[in-house]
Amino acid sequence: MINNAKAIVKVDSKDAKLSMAHFFVAFGALAIGGLMGLLQTLVRSGKFELPFGIGYYQILTAHGVLMGLVLTTFFIMGFQYAAVSRTAGPHSSAARRTGWTGFWMMTAGTLMSGTMILLNEASVLYTFYAPLKAHWIFYLGLTFVVVGSWVDGIAQIMTYAKWRKNHPGVPSPLLSFMAVINTVLWIVATLGVAATVLFQLLPWSLGLVDTVDVLVSRTLFWYFGHPLVYFWLLPAYMCWYAVVPKIIGGKIFSDSLARLSFILFLLFSIPVGFHHQLTEPGIDPAWKFFQVILTFMVVIPSLMTAFSLFATFERYGRSKGATGILGWFKVLPWNDARFIVPFIGMAAFIPAGAGGIINASNQMDQVVHNTIWVTGHFHLTAATSVILTFFGISYWLIPHLTGRKLTKKMNKLGIIQAWVWFIGMAFMSGSMHIQGLLGGPRRSSFSTYGDSKQALEWIPYQIAQAVGGTILFIGIILVLVIFINLAFFAPKGDEEFPVGEAENSEERAPMVFENWKLWLGILTALILFAYTIPFIDIIQNAPPGSKGFRTW
Amino acid sequence: MHMHKLEKIWLILGISCLIIFLTTVGVSAFYMGNKPPSCLLTIDPEKVDQQKPFDKPGLHKVEGKEWDYELVYVAQAFSYNPAKVEIPLGAKVKVIATTKDVIHGFEVAGTNINMMLEPGYISEYTTTFDKEGEYLIVCNEYCGSGHHLMFSKIEVVKK
Amino acid sequence: MAKVELKAKQNTEIEDRSSLKGTMASVLFLLLFIIVSWLGVYYLFVDRF
Repeated sequence: MINNAKAIVKVDSKDAKLSMAHFFVAFGALAIGGLMGLLQTLVRSGKFELPFGIGYYQILTAHGVLMGLVLTTFFIMGFQYAAVSRTAGPHSSAARRTGWTGFWMMTAGTLMSGTMILLNEASVLYTFYAPLKAHWIFYLGLTFVVVGSWVDGIAQIMTYAKWRKNHPGVPSPLLSFMAVINTVLWIVATLGVAATVLFQLLPWSLGLVDTVDVLVSRTLFWYFGHPLVYFWLLPAYMCWYAVVPKIIGGKIFSDSLARLSFILFLLFSIPVGFHHQLTEPGIDPAWKFFQVILTFMVVIPSLMTAFSLFATFERYGRSKGATGILGWFKVLPWNDARFIVPFIGMAAFIPAGAGGIINASNQMDQVVHNTIWVTGHFHLTAATSVILTFFGISYWLIPHLTGRKLTKKMNKLGIIQAWVWFIGMAFMSGSMHIQGLLGGPRRSSFSTYGDSKQALEWIPYQIAQAVGGTILFIGIILVLVIFINLAFFAPKGDEEFPVGEAENSEERAPMVFENWKLWLGILTALILFAYTIPFIDIIQNAPPGSKGFRTW
Repeated sequence: MHMHKLEKIWLILGISCLIIFLTTVGVSAFYMGNKPPSCLLTIDPEKVDQQKPFDKPGLHKVEGKEWDYELVYVAQAFSYNPAKVEIPLGAKVKVIATTKDVIHGFEVAGTNINMMLEPGYISEYTTTFDKEGEYLIVCNEYCGSGHHLMFSKIEVVKK
Repeated sequence: MAKVELKAKQNTEIEDRSSLKGTMASVLFLLLFIIVSWLGVYYLFVDRF
């Protein structure tokens, strides 16, 4: 029994290998994508031009694909694969084979799409809106990434199912449960993007059909596009809910409420895609508003999360003798990178979440839609809250997997990295938010728009973005140094994979949370309710289709 | 499953706030006419120039309608037609726009006029130009290598 | 008498240990932030044409 318990504490070395494979691709994408991001901010400041005839929109496509699709998907799959192995036991050799198959499919897809971007055959940005028509290999590569991620995710589900079978009537380990929720969310969400790529864009780019239905394609894309951001966010929430309490020496505030919030995310993050399409023609405003209401529902689990996290911190602080209303804040372990790095991420989620509610507020979207405010917004959510948490996870997970230790020096560098990131992002995201409110568009190269008075007022903010972008790039160099150190050079040892315990260990999570038929049934009903009628409308009232364009 | 008393209070407060937001924008949209642009009309994207009203882009005075003017735009990579218009201060204008090729944005910077132009669809937005000044129309959806060079200007002038 | 006092003191200590007043204050600050930023952009929407 004791042996069993001990064996489970460490991620199996064969599983560790697959997780690490994911992380090498993820951090590779971070290095290249980060450089592209730096170049964009420099170009848009108006003080710098790209050499060798490289296009601004080419590097913008590379930045979006590498950061939004490659870095995130590879990191998340690697992390969740390890988290399931750690909490539900080592993967079977069948699950491991499945995981490797998925990994290689995703890698092959990344190389295919990446090559097309490099050759300037696919400067369509990571949203690839038709009727911009990229090379078919770009779409095929994306298909490989998505299908590969399904196969990869199935490995986690197999091990979860095995655990459930061996422990009838017992709630599964929290981290495994959360990982599986996120994988299921991902599979259901990517059905939309898979449908538009396989049935519309691939045949069209191969020349098998002449035209494409633009609004159908966009609607399928955004059916996927919003849960995509929750797919990024939930692994960060896994760390905040289930790992950070252990790192600080406290307890998980409530295991059941954590599970409930994940179920709410699964249900409400998908039938909400119209809130990305609020200003577009062809969609009935009543259905837009209906999905706005559902979007507001998905705020609720985040409200729950905020309370739980503060409560974990306060309970811990008070157990250490802190008094007063905010005394607990001071006794948190501010010198531990594993805590403070994700903590800065959590703090960033306050303005990030507030901005998100604004974006989703129906007609208020007209103030900010497709302005650089939106770019500022998701550089707080994805590029601060999520990515700093991923960095924080790496600082213990990479050495755990490679059998090394996070040294004091690297711990300190990790803390410096997070502050550098915070400062860089305050400049970049802050100025993006303001420029967006003034009307400055996103996804645009430097332009004075015929010396327009309004556009000239935007330039100082663009310079501030370049300053922020430069600081952030220093942050990327620092995190790459730490990553390489932890993967190859840090001293050998045992680094803990921290897994929190619930404050009230007698309170068992209700088994209904693991009733997948129920949740998938409700999810299907919600999706059908939110999408069926407007989708039929879109198809029935469709204008003649669009032929493809190559405007880059 | 147990929930702390303060957490219940927090959720009630938080959810009430969300409901107030939703009610505010909902009433404003559906009872005060501030719905986001959601025109349901379609058009053949290859025959935009031949069809009304896009055969005559520009500002046109209209009679017997709820608005005083119609302002018609045709967008294509990488320009808007017309490139410049003057609008009398205080005019109620229906902006009507579409695209001949890829998706474009249509944003009058510093105003609420912000809509997507998609091939095959007509986008409309009605508003009163009640502040003087020069306004920049920018394409805010990526449309190709000249995306950032795509703009037009509106001057709202006292007459 | 002294015993009762001690007990009362212990009670407040336990009360203090499990208190979530700081949590409540923090989430209320969060709510205030959300409301202020939302109203700010709503004002822009109403003010602009």
